Amino acid sequence: MNVILIAVCVLGLIGLASAVILFVVSHKFAVHEDPRIAQVGAVLPQANCGGCGYPGCSGFAAACVKAANEGSLEGKLCPVGGQPVMEQVAGILGMTVEATAPKVAVVRCNGSCENRPRLVKFDGVQSCKVQQMIGMGETGCSYGCYGCGDCVASCKFGAIHINPVTLLPEVDEDKCTACGACAKACPRQIIEVRLKGPKNRRMVVLCNNKDKGAIANKWCKASCIGCGKCQKVCEKFEAITVTKNLAYIDAEKCKLCRKCEEACPKGAIHAINMPPRKPKTEEPAAQKTPSIQNTPTQNVEPSKAE
Amino acid sequence: MKTFKIGGVHPAENKLSADQPIREAQLPKQAIFSMFQHIGAPANAVVKKGDMVKVGTLLGEAGGFVSAPIYSSVSGKVNKVDVALDASGLRRMAVYVDVDGDEWEESIDRSSTLVKLSDRPELDSKTIIEKVKNAGIVGMGGATFPCHVKLSPPPGCKAECVIINAVECEPYLTADHRLMLEHPEEIIVGLQLIMKAVDVKKGYIGIENNKPDAIKLMTEKAKGYKGVEIVPLKVKYPQGGEKQLIDAVIGRQVPAPPAIPINVGAVVQNVGTAFAIYQAVMKNKPLIDRIITVTGKSVKQPSNLLARLGTPLQQLIDECGGLPEDTGKIIGGGPMMGKALLSLDVPMTKGSSGLLIMRQDEAKRAEAAPCIRCAKCVNACPMGLEPYLLAKVSELRDWDAAEHEGITSCIECGSCQFTCPSHRPLLDYIRLGKSTVMGIIKSRK
Repeated sequence: MNVILIAVCVLGLIGLASAVILFVVSHKFAVHEDPRIAQVGAVLPQANCGGCGYPGCSGFAAACVKAANEGSLEGKLCPVGGQPVMEQVAGILGMTVEATAPKVAVVRCNGSCENRPRLVKFDGVQSCKVQQMIGMGETGCSYGCYGCGDCVASCKFGAIHINPVTLLPEVDEDKCTACGACAKACPRQIIEVRLKGPKNRRMVVLCNNKDKGAIANKWCKASCIGCGKCQKVCEKFEAITVTKNLAYIDAEKCKLCRKCEEACPKGAIHAINMPPRKPKTEEPAAQKTPSIQNTPTQNVEPSKAE
Repeated sequence: MKTFKIGGVHPAENKLSADQPIREAQLPKQAIFSMFQHIGAPANAVVKKGDMVKVGTLLGEAGGFVSAPIYSSVSGKVNKVDVALDASGLRRMAVYVDVDGDEWEESIDRSSTLVKLSDRPELDSKTIIEKVKNAGIVGMGGATFPCHVKLSPPPGCKAECVIINAVECEPYLTADHRLMLEHPEEIIVGLQLIMKAVDVKKGYIGIENNKPDAIKLMTEKAKGYKGVEIVPLKVKYPQGGEKQLIDAVIGRQVPAPPAIPINVGAVVQNVGTAFAIYQAVMKNKPLIDRIITVTGKSVKQPSNLLARLGTPLQQLIDECGGLPEDTGKIIGGGPMMGKALLSLDVPMTKGSSGLLIMRQDEAKRAEAAPCIRCAKCVNACPMGLEPYLLAKVSELRDWDAAEHEGITSCIECGSCQFTCPSHRPLLDYIRLGKSTVMGIIKSRK
């Protein structure tokens, strides 16, 4: 009987002492985590893509809460969730977010097999980065798509794939979250995350070639030659700039008038998701377009090294 | 017989042009001088369209300390200063010269009389390095590292010996071999100039044993020169690698990067560089031409050509019987470390040691099979690395692991890929990993 009593007392004392220690320690070393971080984390898509610039969704949630404490959510955007998710986040944090226009990845190269003939065959590891180290790829263009699909491998949403006919990557606009992983993966910076535009309509220069016009024209039928005609027709809006022999359309300034598309002698400017053009009644323009598009490319040399 | 201690392979030698004397290539109609013929800052063009130039006229001045000037190798009129495709597959700045006649700058001594070091007692270290620098000499084995940088050791380092790399371990290439047979004494005087420049008393010339005629001739000639020793070496690739050669000749190991050969007291120069230094110092001739081996199993006339820099490669092939029908690949350099070329309009540069034309059946890569963990690549690696592992972590983009496994020590010799029974593209991945890790290390600083 005595033995049992001693055991109960000793264990009881140990238990009491432990409880006191635990109580003191849990108060003394308590880490205060804002409960809102978990709440914000719960509404995020949990894709952990890194498109926001933070290491995963929890990192972004913490950054949002910190920014809210400092007074503004400006510059914070989850590209995957977009506006709806950001509104939810703002609701939790008691803030407001400005409307941000949705974006989408755009492949700025139209050097399909037809437009840009393959001169040689690269038989090494099928990776754009490996090709980048070795040289200019299989065609004569030193700025165009390698077609090995590093962007496809980098996409966590299955939104990009290589078209087997053109050997160019194509973006599935419904799946694309504009996280920018493909743009980072592309060693030639061909992919740009651009504004989706009103009704998903946008004007894009589908070329990345910064060579002089003669060289760009020699190796690709669809290259921008930096002639500046598009810049001239866009004088009113000043949306187009030509730097280093390459035209660029500022999506924020572009009014989708499609004049540049018409003016481009190489057909490098594309109107995406726009209805087909109505046939023009004015004669000169109608005549101009076909003759320009059939511009013969200069002697594209057959493969020598192949 | 001496050789390096770890790894190495022995590919078929195929020295098809070994008994072809050096012959002068014809002058091109238009020469293209890339401003990027060396490692380091590009040269800056100092001529403009319409300028008349002679052989030896300065076209581009060095763009920094690690850089080299570019001289015209032809006489004529500057057609334009514009971008040109070079062997690296990039379009970069170059000077185009339309050739007209063959007029040389008067300062260049074109006689073939041998000038010994004893004939020019006034030469001191500073003058030699200055002349080498002004002549635009770079490492002629293919690495194209500006030569004067190697001759100016960083503070705290002292050279103890000079090693001339006459190994030519790449299969097919014979340019260095022929140079030794035809200009042995010039090379030895060149070595003496390097020894004087870095102030050492001992110079070695390492020659692989598959060139017995060159070993014999050089040993004979070296008897008349103090401090010069010919070292015959066992045939093994990549003995021409700087670190492997130091190990083979003087038995010292260069530690992992950032250590360089001078840290173990060795200055290594290619035999072609020694010859160029002789010409620059004794004959006042800048680097305007070099010997290039044009070879291949189906080439009609494999040759060693003394060609002017800037000559389009197409012309060199035409001089050796034209491009064969069954060409699969054209490689600038040797088969192990050379680079496949995209176009033959590319001009010859200071680093063009060979032009190898591979047949279609030779050029075809075998299909890669899974790794069978035989560790042949580990045995073959001359740097003591584990190539299968480096390739795998690079494929998986685990750059931390790649760095930890010492990927930056890789010399990209290709022994691993050569020896792999599964034909895995090891070097492709290792190169990717190495360049990425180097970038990461650089960005940390």
